[in-house]
Amino acid sequence: MSVLQMARTVYEAIRAHGEETYPHECCGALLGRATEGSWSIEEAVRAGNTRTDSAHNRYQIAPAELVKIEREARARGLSIGGFYHSHPDHPAQWSVTDFAEAHWLGCSYVITAIAKGKAALTNAFLLTGSTEEDKRFEQEAIEVVEAVEPLLAQAESKKG
Amino acid sequence: MTIYIPTPLRAFAGGKDTLEVHAGTVSGALDELTEVFPDLRKHLFTGEGKLRAFVNVYLNDEDVRYLPAKEATAVSAADTLSIVPSIAGGV
Repeated sequence: MSVLQMARTVYEAIRAHGEETYPHECCGALLGRATEGSWSIEEAVRAGNTRTDSAHNRYQIAPAELVKIEREARARGLSIGGFYHSHPDHPAQWSVTDFAEAHWLGCSYVITAIAKGKAALTNAFLLTGSTEEDKRFEQEAIEVVEAVEPLLAQAESKKG
Repeated sequence: MTIYIPTPLRAFAGGKDTLEVHAGTVSGALDELTEVFPDLRKHLFTGEGKLRAFVNVYLNDEDVRYLPAKEATAVSAADTLSIVPSIAGGV
């Protein structure tokens, strides 16, 4: 099982976001750096849920907002390594809809169950495979780290 | 112009996150991109050669699908083209 490393500030921010938007789904992007086969996530960026017609059980990030998020990440030397959303009163497991709509191969999809307004379990799933036809979700372990600095130092040392 | 390659497609573009091209239109730019990195073609286009439904292409801040000339829109050296697969889901 691969390990998704995440700063504690990110972990807490995405869970708090899900509580704030309850009973609607929250969503956002996860910025970080690629590690061997996974990601170190340093920052979460909140995004608007454009599915206002069915926000309790659907989410969508406007492509224009994604372009902006990606541009700002790149300017700071980061990449979009994944996305997060919440499942209000539903398990922290990917759904058929999540899978059908997942197109970011090699990226992590993080889901937090929000039970009656309180953040419960948070799970991460790496979208693996090399095409739309053979893609699949593989559960990742989430490693919460205290500070971003060690991640930066680690990335620098890997560059050599 | 500069084409920005999103995280999931970099594995099929030699690990690169940008490519400079010299095409005159959006479709010309995408053709140049897939000539340099042929493995990208199946990720961007259907078998019929149309952009896949979940692939969004933005010329600067505009969705190419909503430009009057769409992929035939002229581009200049200072323009940027962002390829952004869609993000959606839910319970």
